[in-house]
Amino acid sequence: MTLTTTTDAAAPALPTALAPTPGQTVGPFFHYALPYDGDRELVAPGTPGALLLHGTVTDGSGLPVRDALVEIWQADPSGRVVQRQGSLRRDGHSFTGFGRCTTDRTGRYAFTTLRPGAVEGGLPFFAVTVFARGLLHRLFTRAYLPLDGAEPDALLRSAGDRADTLLCVDDEGALRFDIGLQGERETVFLRWPREGR
Amino acid sequence: MIQGAATRHPSTGLVHQHVIDDEIAQTSRAYEAAGAVEHQPRLDYAPYRSSLLRHPTKDLHHADPEGVELWAPCFGERDIDPLESDLTIQGGGEPIGERMVVTGRVLDGDGRPVRRQLVEIWQANAGGRYVHKRDQHPAPLDPNFTGVGRCITDDQGHYRFTTIKPGPYPWRNHHNAWRPAHIHFSLFGTDFTQRLVTQMYFPGDPLFALDPIYQSIVDPKARQRLVATYDHDITQHEWATGYRWDIVLTGGHRTPLEGDLDVERSDDEETSR
Ligand SMILES: [Fe+2]
Repeated sequence: MTLTTTTDAAAPALPTALAPTPGQTVGPFFHYALPYDGDRELVAPGTPGALLLHGTVTDGSGLPVRDALVEIWQADPSGRVVQRQGSLRRDGHSFTGFGRCTTDRTGRYAFTTLRPGAVEGGLPFFAVTVFARGLLHRLFTRAYLPLDGAEPDALLRSAGDRADTLLCVDDEGALRFDIGLQGERETVFLRWPREGR
Repeated sequence: MIQGAATRHPSTGLVHQHVIDDEIAQTSRAYEAAGAVEHQPRLDYAPYRSSLLRHPTKDLHHADPEGVELWAPCFGERDIDPLESDLTIQGGGEPIGERMVVTGRVLDGDGRPVRRQLVEIWQANAGGRYVHKRDQHPAPLDPNFTGVGRCITDDQGHYRFTTIKPGPYPWRNHHNAWRPAHIHFSLFGTDFTQRLVTQMYFPGDPLFALDPIYQSIVDPKARQRLVATYDHDITQHEWATGYRWDIVLTGGHRTPLEGDLDVERSDDEETSR
């Protein structure tokens, strides 16, 4: 392609100079390409403070989505955003903050990680991206730690009665975060201010 | 729709191409009539049957990126072997097919290069077959080709892969459905909000008009942004043809301010922002 600017008369007022490259579905054939050894283990199981974050991805009829890919990106427990290489080749002790997990036959994903700390006084959350066959463009959401009495932030307040879809729930020491692509308990998915529609 | 034409194929039970064509045309007409430009694929796009139960029905919720969302994971030399960018040397011999170089730049919406960031690709072989247990297409596997590559962009945002031109392949969206030849790309930007998975296509593919995944981007100019350009300056004498494809990642990124986010970075950090 040749780079084009968003100067079309009818174009929405994108404050960006260049038009975005459109997304496409991840398709059904990513399993031999995107997963890698240790992709879902941000820390080795058994590491002090290790936490299980897991959940199920479901479709509009409530059935498990068996060919989804979930990614998380998070701060470390002290609330620091880590900029450290090694997510693709885990060395067993460097926390990089990034993880990737395919869903299994039951639609379940599971990460072994650390509890994210609050960044800049915000509420602690995992940034989550979802890809799947049948999903034409990636979806973003947040998996907040249980509030435990903390005040909801602006996003949770604006989500109204759907805010609970953004909250992890305590699950016998683990955190559970289910993702509904469609339907009764459809997750609140996010769009960003500078994103082209 | 052709008068009296059957909707479904009698033996596969799948709808015919003309049914999909009609749905694509209908959406396209409605889009043109509406007059507002859309840059991204529709999530709700019925001609792609698998999307029916997998698209959100509620509007995406506006959010201002904060915390980790203003940053991207850091990848680098520790993550990637430089040889992973050459998909023609992963087996014991040369893969079958048209050897080609695919290269381009990854930029953000303001035209700044996305430096030292991860690019992942995967694709079918020259016969249109993936090394994937779910791919039942009766085309041969190539023992010398897996179709998986990775690289890290350079300081100007350039990526570069040497590979084999993938073939088109059939799928079961409808009867006699074929995907135009494509390479899957996975990209990270300078912010997590720029995360993108997409597909790169080849110029002049006769299957474009028939393919509901490509057509889910209802704006013709936006669709064209997924098509690589043949570039004779990239083509190598007696070795490989060359294609150029530049990628723009927007998302929620903003111009960083000095002291905007007081985050300590480790020694191997990138200093691009
Ligand atoms: Fe594909």
